[in-house]
Amino acid sequence: MNEQLAFTIEVFANGLMAGVLYALVALGFVLIYKASGIFNYAQGVMALFAAMTLVGIQNGQVPFAHLINAIFGTEVHHFGWSVHSFAAILLTVVVMIALAWAVQQFVFKHLVGQEPIILFMATIGLAYFLEGVADLMWGSELKALNVCASEGNCLPQGMNVWLEGTTYEALGYGFFIDNLDIVASIVAAILVIGLVIFAQYTKQGRAMRAVADDHQAALSVGVSLNFIWVLVWSLAGFVALVAGIMWGAKSGVQFSLSLIALKALPVLMLGGFTSIPGAIVGGLIIGVGEKLFEFLIGAPYLGGATENWFAYMLALLFLVFRPQGLFGEKIIERV
Amino acid sequence: MKDTADSYVTADGRTIGPVVMEMKNITLRFGGVEAIKDISFDIRQGEIRAIIGPNGAGKSSMLNVISGFYIPQEGEVWYKGSRRPPMKPFQVAQQGIARTFQNIALFEGMSVLDNVMTGRLTHMKTGLLAQSFWKGAAEREEVENREVAEKIIDFLEIQAIRKTPVARLPYGLKKRVELARALAAEPSILLLDEPMAGMNVEEKEDMSRFILDVNDEFGTTIALIEHDMGVVMDLSDRVVVMDYGKKIGDGTPSEVRNNQAVIDAYLGVAHD
Repeated sequence: MNEQLAFTIEVFANGLMAGVLYALVALGFVLIYKASGIFNYAQGVMALFAAMTLVGIQNGQVPFAHLINAIFGTEVHHFGWSVHSFAAILLTVVVMIALAWAVQQFVFKHLVGQEPIILFMATIGLAYFLEGVADLMWGSELKALNVCASEGNCLPQGMNVWLEGTTYEALGYGFFIDNLDIVASIVAAILVIGLVIFAQYTKQGRAMRAVADDHQAALSVGVSLNFIWVLVWSLAGFVALVAGIMWGAKSGVQFSLSLIALKALPVLMLGGFTSIPGAIVGGLIIGVGEKLFEFLIGAPYLGGATENWFAYMLALLFLVFRPQGLFGEKIIERV
Repeated sequence: MKDTADSYVTADGRTIGPVVMEMKNITLRFGGVEAIKDISFDIRQGEIRAIIGPNGAGKSSMLNVISGFYIPQEGEVWYKGSRRPPMKPFQVAQQGIARTFQNIALFEGMSVLDNVMTGRLTHMKTGLLAQSFWKGAAEREEVENREVAEKIIDFLEIQAIRKTPVARLPYGLKKRVELARALAAEPSILLLDEPMAGMNVEEKEDMSRFILDVNDEFGTTIALIEHDMGVVMDLSDRVVVMDYGKKIGDGTPSEVRNNQAVIDAYLGVAHD
């Protein structure tokens, strides 16, 4: 097999895998934007918060330990137990639902009917508040995230040896694909299928679609807007948790995790802010696009590091030629 | 005056039931403006009750009070024999009061069938988990709700557009889909906000026929708002007439037609 071609395919596959992770973050944005028209700048911080909470619970850390010690002069840091990964994930989900409720109850309930820019500013405030709370609760140092079903049976790290071996024997070229990326892809696929089934076939899903379409009409068929908004923030919190686990397992849980939100922006420009399939396809295009561009053009001709800006350039082109994105609702102005 | 708890038979042989909803001394203000001034009237089981009046009379405000979109500053709403506390619109809908809107509020992105199915939301009870896995009770419930929706779609003669996205439909059909969605809730009271607004004569006749058929076939109590006097007189059992936020007449169409205040309001006598 042609070395160059094989290498390109490998880059392509790795791009797809990276795209899945972008898509995971973008998905959280879409959920909230569709149902409430709020562009949630805090989505990335929610992923960070979820990942920190998960690690904290797993390690049996005492929340707000620093604060407690400062006030009461105690020296508590850990409960002295560790929590099984699955139980910790369940507890983190509960925390994210509580967060969704609090966000709706204390912030957005009071901002119903406000201009989009005001809602957006509120989410910026929320992002920094949440970041501060996360640091105060769990400490700001870099943490390793390991999700394990049992001792030694954790989220896989490193290259998939089996795939490399098999492809080497069959094609004469061993493909290098990260195990974690494969897991992330499978998880993302399950998550998306689950969300689609939920939205299409359940009472709450129908109500959610109704609210996304028309608030007044939704009220008239007996849907509580408040409940649906707590629901979508909870779902977005859950998606943030999944994204936080995948990114956290890849590169550790630290502040920079929250910056993945910025990578989701070009994905949304491409896929459209209101489309779940759009978020997925947009994520994949950005992932593949930036990896291939770097490999084929960036590294040989432009001195590399094109991954930093390629996604935004692509988004800019889309803004000029197709502002609603690939799958977004068409913008028609009637005069 | 008939007793609120009794049924009676009208001159043309229609049986009208006991009072199901009563508005007592309702006053609604927007800032300094009084949109509704101390109005009382009732709605009886199985009747078609119209609220009419010139533009700006406060008819729509009244409908919004009944459906919970506005909370009146004064007065009481009595529903099925007990006083209704101030409620959100979705709670009113859950109590069995369905409505349509003057300028149509449909789910534009959904198909006609999906729109009608959202009308069944208040009847869906099975839990989230059961529904996700589509088993037993949830499946039965889905089938039942689907049957009701299909029956209403047949009844309103919109089978041909079941799968069409609502955004693509012409105005007259959208009005009919909105009626179908409200009916799907199997409401105790159906509120129609200007069901004939913006329609041509033919569409108006169709809509009138559907309203009468719905009342006849399902026994649905209907309260509707119209400013077209002619249509209302043919349709309704009793009429409330409003002008400048006040009630100026209440009775059968023939009583109202001969009421001097009503004639003045419609023909435009100078107000001092």
